[in-house]
Amino acid sequence: MSDILHEVTSSEYKYGFTSDIEMDTAPMGLNEDIIRFISKKKNEPDWMLEFRLKAFAKWLTMNEPRNWAHLKYPAIDFQKIIYYAAPKPKKQLNSLDEVDPELLKTFEKLGISLEEQKRLSGVSSNIAVDAVIDSVSVKTTFKETLAEKGIIFCSFSEAVQEHPDLVKKYMGSVVPYTDNFYAALNSAVFTDGSFCYIPKGVRCPMELSTYFRINTAGTGQFERTLIIADESSYASYLEGCTAPKRDENQLHAAIVEIIAHKNAEVKYSTVQNWFPGDKNGNGGIFNFVTKRGICFGDNSKISWTQVETGSAITWKYPSVILKGNNSVGEFYSVAVTNNYQQADTGTKMIHLGDNTRSTIVSKGISAGFSNNSYRGLVRVAKGAKNARNFSQCDSLLMGDKCGAHTFPYIEIKDPSAVVEHEATTSKIGEDQLFYCKQRGLDTEKAIGLIVNGYCKEVLNQLPMEFAVEAQKLLSVSLEGSVG
Amino acid sequence: MIRIKNLRAGIGDKEILKGFNLEVKPGEVHAIMGPNGSGKSTLANVLAGKEDYTVTEGEVIFNGKDLLEMSPEDRAREGLFLAFQYPIEIPGVSNINFLKNALSEIRNYRGLPPLEAKDFLALIKEKQAMVELQGGLANRSVNEGFSGGEKKRNEIFQMAVLEPALAILDETDSGLDIDALRVVANGVNKLRNEKRSFIVITHYQRLLDYIIPDFVHVMYQGQIVKSGPKELALELEEKGYDWIKKEDESIV
Repeated sequence: MSDILHEVTSSEYKYGFTSDIEMDTAPMGLNEDIIRFISKKKNEPDWMLEFRLKAFAKWLTMNEPRNWAHLKYPAIDFQKIIYYAAPKPKKQLNSLDEVDPELLKTFEKLGISLEEQKRLSGVSSNIAVDAVIDSVSVKTTFKETLAEKGIIFCSFSEAVQEHPDLVKKYMGSVVPYTDNFYAALNSAVFTDGSFCYIPKGVRCPMELSTYFRINTAGTGQFERTLIIADESSYASYLEGCTAPKRDENQLHAAIVEIIAHKNAEVKYSTVQNWFPGDKNGNGGIFNFVTKRGICFGDNSKISWTQVETGSAITWKYPSVILKGNNSVGEFYSVAVTNNYQQADTGTKMIHLGDNTRSTIVSKGISAGFSNNSYRGLVRVAKGAKNARNFSQCDSLLMGDKCGAHTFPYIEIKDPSAVVEHEATTSKIGEDQLFYCKQRGLDTEKAIGLIVNGYCKEVLNQLPMEFAVEAQKLLSVSLEGSVG
Repeated sequence: MIRIKNLRAGIGDKEILKGFNLEVKPGEVHAIMGPNGSGKSTLANVLAGKEDYTVTEGEVIFNGKDLLEMSPEDRAREGLFLAFQYPIEIPGVSNINFLKNALSEIRNYRGLPPLEAKDFLALIKEKQAMVELQGGLANRSVNEGFSGGEKKRNEIFQMAVLEPALAILDETDSGLDIDALRVVANGVNKLRNEKRSFIVITHYQRLLDYIIPDFVHVMYQGQIVKSGPKELALELEEKGYDWIKKEDESIV
């Protein structure tokens, strides 16, 4: 068994290349001048700069949260990070021909074709992509098609310029800059991200997707995503992320805010594949992300699905505030940690309205020397009648050097609530593997099959295009990790 | 088909198989009986390549090849099938998906392309009928929530689909009621032909009322101590294993 372990942990991170793109970067470090620099680079209005400066002032008063998460990592030196890096030349791109060919090659290597004709994966796939490299959005596809329906899908920077009223109204309304240390940091220095508005009664005809890529050494990536689903609208949103292999740790601190109005539904799916570090635990992305949605109107629904395979550190709790009556929040998660990766991830379901329902299905898989924690809060406020929650947290261990932990927090202030929590821990047994091998499957195939079976409930939630990718990713992330 | 010569194997320092010999020709059915702890299941696991066991001596030639040199998956692809005493559950993986993957791997090893979806489904349907497996079971997760009898029946179903050259049945009869036993035995009998061989490991003579063996061997302390025609099983049933133990000790 240990032979196999040795053999397969040598599998390489496929997206670890760097692209030789000329970059425009800010000086290293963080102070008010850097924030003014970023704001100026982006030609922002005063209100945006003020927002950043307020966030920065708040951030200065806050401490890096180091006590409660089940994570161990050296203190981050926030003065050793470059907060702005953009592919040069930074000018308005009118057609694909104007995009740096190196950049196009980068996205091709990632399997993301920006050419609208060659739609993703060739078949009948229908996805609009916003590609964000380091600090800026380089290209958003299908914009015109979407515009016909009144859907706004563009980079965050563009939204600040073109749709300031919407940005002003909603930015920070779900995740205020005071929310936490990383949210404050992001609010001060965020450089780009995606913006999406679905008007009343519109069902978005295609998957909306943002592809994030960290490229430049020494940079941090701080993007924001803001999704607003107006009354009776629907959108499905995909997010993918990768980064080059580097020896140092790079920081990613993002914010995602979702607002679902009356009868609206938003489905947000993530396949997070940031560089996880090498097999000795060197390098890798520190991923500190605040994702939260609010079911603002009655009968609205927000569903988070995440497949987390990358990052050295994952600190992430996509949450739903169930404000509207009869609103629904869902969280489906697969988190894989191998080698020395650490994940502390889960969700928060805050029940405020009447007859609200939430479902949490979390599947943790730990291998190697990794640590994988589920941390989830279910809160039912006083007066929130007939709230229902079902939580299921399963952990799968591979080998005996890794850890799986579950930290459920349940706060019920209304007696009419019904809350269920189930948890299991199991081990991929040698018996399971031997059984598969005896039927002619090799170790790799066997692990792929077993793990995908274990995660089926979550993978079923992903849109087709992503599900296939995620299945492959799971197998690759865990190759040879059984002991 | 398979020739086992002077096989010695065990777990850690504990030797369990102590010079085991057996030859099975194509189309033959050999029953191996013996008291608990005589090494019957160890034999099955060693032949299938379970890694907990160490082979210290001996030789196993399977279809002209050195079996002990092969990985467990290659043994399976060469046509060795083990029906497990305790079939393993694989949650979330449907039986059909599992078998599709297994069959593709085996076919690939033999230079054959995977079966077309419709041919595969036709095969599944045919074999399901053959072993009287209820429709629902094939679509359910591998062995998950199956009763003891369903699990054993599922092993026979898998065997029917994968069509091995040599099938080893490790106490497939244990925990089965008489109806299930008959269904399992019928499945095996339908799969018997002049090329396919079986090693049927069992504690009780009961199964051999339904699967009539060509030879019966009695295993004791890691060796075959007595071999004979199918009537030997009846004799064992009558006299019990103590008879063999005493006889064996008197030889020593």
